[in-house]
Amino acid sequence: MKQVIHRKLSSNILRLSLIILIAFSSSLSAQEGDPAAGKALFNTNCASCHKMDKKMTGPALRNVEARLAEDEGLDREWLYSWIKNSAGMVKSGDAYANKIYAEYKGVAMTAFPQLSNADIDNILAYTAVDPCVSNPKPGCPGYVPPPGGEATSSGDGDGASNNLILGALALLFALLAGALVLVNRTLRSFAQEKGVQLNEAPKGTPIWKAFVQNQFLVLVTAIFLLLASGYFVYGYFMQVGVNQGYEPVQEIHFSHRIHAGDNGVDCKYCHSSARVSKTSGIPSLNVCMNCHKSISEVADATATVEHSKDFYDGEIKKLYAAVGWDDANQEYTGETKPVKWTRIHNLPDFAYFNHSQHVSVAGVECQTCHGPIEEMEIVSQHAPLTMGWCINCHRETNVKVKDNAYYSKIHEQLAKKYGDLDQIKAAQMGGLECGKCHY
Amino acid sequence: MKSIIKITILTVVLISFASCQKDSRPNYEYMPNMYESVGYETYQESSAFANGVEAQLPVEGSIPRGYTPFDIANTNEGFLLAKETLKSPLDSAKVDLARGKVLYDIYCGICHGNKGKGQGKLVKREKILGVPSYADAGRAITEGGAYHTIYYGKNAMGSYANLINEEERWQVIAYVLKLKADLEK
Repeated sequence: MKQVIHRKLSSNILRLSLIILIAFSSSLSAQEGDPAAGKALFNTNCASCHKMDKKMTGPALRNVEARLAEDEGLDREWLYSWIKNSAGMVKSGDAYANKIYAEYKGVAMTAFPQLSNADIDNILAYTAVDPCVSNPKPGCPGYVPPPGGEATSSGDGDGASNNLILGALALLFALLAGALVLVNRTLRSFAQEKGVQLNEAPKGTPIWKAFVQNQFLVLVTAIFLLLASGYFVYGYFMQVGVNQGYEPVQEIHFSHRIHAGDNGVDCKYCHSSARVSKTSGIPSLNVCMNCHKSISEVADATATVEHSKDFYDGEIKKLYAAVGWDDANQEYTGETKPVKWTRIHNLPDFAYFNHSQHVSVAGVECQTCHGPIEEMEIVSQHAPLTMGWCINCHRETNVKVKDNAYYSKIHEQLAKKYGDLDQIKAAQMGGLECGKCHY
Repeated sequence: MKSIIKITILTVVLISFASCQKDSRPNYEYMPNMYESVGYETYQESSAFANGVEAQLPVEGSIPRGYTPFDIANTNEGFLLAKETLKSPLDSAKVDLARGKVLYDIYCGICHGNKGKGQGKLVKREKILGVPSYADAGRAITEGGAYHTIYYGKNAMGSYANLINEEERWQVIAYVLKLKADLEK
């Protein structure tokens, strides 16, 4: 009986403590706000200018409330009024407000009158979350690397084991072949010792001699060889000057797969001059910085087996070095150096090509000529860029005359000439004239 | 046996020749002087200039033909001034919302979202965060302020002055204001 009472008692104590704990923790969260809701609010409202652990347009915000309370003696009320109307705080002459306004060179923080005190509580709760709790990383106290993480992170492991298997197979085959040769030799020596006569094939005329003696065969072979070599020599001479498949190594590894493919950035975002000019320019580095001011490292998911996260982060560092961006202090140093990009698609000087004419007027997709750029990790020349290739497209492609003011006049003239207007090819509008491209 | 050795040697030689062809090098040309431009090509290296490249900045203070200088300064005061006073030169007949949409989708939609809610693809993929909605009360965007922002950039947003010209900027702003009106409905 005694034991039973004891058992009940201990379980009761456990239950009670659990209830107390739950009550305590729920009251805590009621006071402190909800970090999950805070994260959503932070990402929509604050993250354009603030990062957790790094200075951006505004200061880093990890544990901002605790830091402010400790260093400046400012409480949450100060934060409420600052977030809701920072410009008003600066004007009212608040000492710390003016200090921080001056520290960030007069960049005013946007006012957020739409955030309630509860919203701000949630955001502050999110900034106070210990990153080691939600997302353990190397460097956190008590960090244990996840099991199997090593194997997945080192992509070379797969290749190495494949090579090992192949090597073992090759060795096995070599051993087998050797064994067969040895068996053959021993059997022969046995046969010789026992005096068994082996059936040797009777020696006739060797095949080469028979071939040389047959003049007809020699003639046919000679003609065949001449034709074949002519074919290959012609093929070789015809591909001189054609750079299809050319994929040079660039000074900064720029992955079109990540930018145009995964992230869906429009081609014309970076190559904006393709819309309005003859050349589709290589974007100047300030276009890179439109996004990479905020993106200083790639996500873990971006890394592939071939290219690690460290590799991609290193390439972003190269961009920062070239454009003179000091990522720690979030300002330009003014020390720039041009990047030596290697041009891939290069028409000879005697051929004229205009991007805007094809991109803006004709509405040709970039991929028609440049291939599946959005899948290319390293860009290679997709089309041969030969004259035959240009002409072929001009012969086969229908001109988009519909709703295209550029063509309305020639459209009328061609209607008189051809009658049927659904199918006008570029060739019919002078797309095959020599002088269009060579002058 | 000898012929086997000969065939092997021949194959090895052929393979080594074939593997010499590298995709990281451009091919040979028949007459390079016809292929290569005498004049400077865009972005070409050139010893004629001090910094060694053909692409040079215009002389300071020069105004390219067809361009109007933008007098408002790149400061917070300048932004407020533009927000209050700057007005679009486009009248209702010149506003081309279809073209504005095309340009907006290329240059702005990737972050601001095609509806202007700040939910572009880069935001959804958590590459760039905190892009505000155009209907954001605390910002209360106006056409002048938007022009200043496109011209100089603001906070994490960079300048788009070199990507779209003056008229295109105002077309984009007309479209942005339409999106804002749609969001506030």
